[in-house]
Amino acid sequence: MGKRIFHPCGNYHESYATQLNVYETDYGRLWSAVGLIVLFTLVPLASSPYLLYVINSIGIAAIAAIGLNILVGYTGQISLGHGAFFGVGAYGAAWLATRGDVPFLMAVPAAGLITALIGLIFGLPSSRLKGLYLTIATLAGQFIIEYVLVHWETVTKGTMGITLPTATIFGLEIVGDLSFFYVIFILLVIMLWLAVNIMRTRYGRAFVAIRDNDRAAEGMGISIFPYKLLAFAVSSFYAGVAGAVWAYYTISITTEPFNLGLSVEYIAMVIIGGMGSMSGAIFGAVFITGLNEILRWGTDLLMNLGVVSQMGLNMAPLREFVFGLAIVLFILFEPRGLAEVWRIVRSSFRLWPFSY
Amino acid sequence: MEFFVQLMVNGLSVGFLYGISAMGFVMIFKSSSVLNFAHGELLAIGAYIFLVLATGAQLPVYAAFIITMIACFSLGFVVERLFLRPLIGEPLIFVIMLTVGLAAMFKGLILLIWGGNLYTFPDFLPPWLTLTWGSVTVQPVYTLALVVGIVFLALFGLFFKFSSQGIYMRSVADNQRAALSLGVNVRNVFALSWAIAALVAGLSGIILGIINGVNVHDLSALGLKVFPVVILGGLDSIGGAIIGGLIIGILETLTGGYISPSLRDVVPYIVLVVILMLKPYGLFGQVEIERV
Repeated sequence: MGKRIFHPCGNYHESYATQLNVYETDYGRLWSAVGLIVLFTLVPLASSPYLLYVINSIGIAAIAAIGLNILVGYTGQISLGHGAFFGVGAYGAAWLATRGDVPFLMAVPAAGLITALIGLIFGLPSSRLKGLYLTIATLAGQFIIEYVLVHWETVTKGTMGITLPTATIFGLEIVGDLSFFYVIFILLVIMLWLAVNIMRTRYGRAFVAIRDNDRAAEGMGISIFPYKLLAFAVSSFYAGVAGAVWAYYTISITTEPFNLGLSVEYIAMVIIGGMGSMSGAIFGAVFITGLNEILRWGTDLLMNLGVVSQMGLNMAPLREFVFGLAIVLFILFEPRGLAEVWRIVRSSFRLWPFSY
Repeated sequence: MEFFVQLMVNGLSVGFLYGISAMGFVMIFKSSSVLNFAHGELLAIGAYIFLVLATGAQLPVYAAFIITMIACFSLGFVVERLFLRPLIGEPLIFVIMLTVGLAAMFKGLILLIWGGNLYTFPDFLPPWLTLTWGSVTVQPVYTLALVVGIVFLALFGLFFKFSSQGIYMRSVADNQRAALSLGVNVRNVFALSWAIAALVAGLSGIILGIINGVNVHDLSALGLKVFPVVILGGLDSIGGAIIGGLIIGILETLTGGYISPSLRDVVPYIVLVVILMLKPYGLFGQVEIERV
């Protein structure tokens, strides 16, 4: 056991290496370990099947949100096509699994790679331009991909949808919420670990430099366009992996869910969770998925009580309104999102009773 | 041949509407370089206010029209004051995300109030607006749209070129901080540009509502179709928006007529990707040159 490291009372980094440490103190490491153990032992035991389903949805959304956060939060580019790329991943996995009999462990990363390639196709045109042209190109990507998913019937079976075979890992069948819980969250941990470490490499630092000041970054020898494209490809890869797991989880997929609304949902996750923070993406996924469930529950309750039955209150517009409002409020009042709120709460506990 | 001419005429009229609906968008981009993703919702709000006043409250058409214009103008001010002003000086990415949020919010709100049904305006345009030119007849709405389009084109051109306010707007779009330090009142510029843009959007919304009926899904989809139009025309060119609109409109109807009707709505986005590849600043946009 080495020396315990506590929070210093200032910023006393002595080398670049210490600045890049993931954990500032050993306590951080300890708490993550405790958190992981609780997550993998107590949470599945204590959850009802419905709650487990919600938690699994959160896990899948978190993988996609981490990807979007690499693009939006770290590289400063907006993607309005994340929902469609999620769909590409789902269909990629479905196609590989049904036509090629590709096993689960191969199909998921392969679907991610397919998505990254398709992402590159839509990222390429915007790479000639500075500014937020990638946003516009991804908007086009959203609509074109939606069209292709519905109309390329030899691959996607159009509106009929595809039913996936049961996922197996080393002969073990993954059926039901509990086994998927382990698959999804182990994957989430791997993807999170990967993302955290990508951001510590030269590539990650280049992304951040481009976000902060693209001219200065270019002056320091970072070629902007390849790095922007790389960030976009990485983010699409995450969306694809999440989509692929989602496809296996829901078993039967159709083209409907992958619309612009889903893309806006992911953007909401990144903004509300906190741009440029890995934990932010997870906070965002929890918040948005939770909000979805609460709204569904709330409208069902009102319907049952007969308060709004005549009005025929549909959930979709209410959900859209609440998401929009949440995005707007967070940008106005806490642009760094829930991750920043969490940091403030934590540090006020740590500094208590001398909170300055 | 007859079919082709018919398609061309349809395309031109559809495209002209695209151009008209793109004007408010270009206005905001030109004055603050913000991509406004809530543009379709602004169109819809104008159309719905007019709908309520003209059919619900049974006001005479001109009164309803004037009140709608005032309401849209004030709405632009309010939106700017509540949502955009706190973000002056913040990175552009926040402002654009905010418009994405506003779009979802407005759309949800409109759906909650009016639902997703299609409404139509009463027929109120005077018949003398019908133009007849040989065998070609132009519907009164299109005459109105043509007049509005030309008037705004001229007004905006003069405004941005000669008025001091217009020049301030261009300076803010170019570099907000530099404009601030040179004493440009950025708040006023933002407020005015959003108010004018909302007004133009409201006007376009009414014209679109007369032709296609009022439906929030259609109008917000149209707000996104503005992107291919303005990218083709050049993001900061109002004349380019009209011409881009015409080209997109013709392409759409030709695809719908000859290839497949379902491809129709996707063609503009394919054009968008191609244009970004070949001529990224559009047909009439100003090419940015930057050296490091």
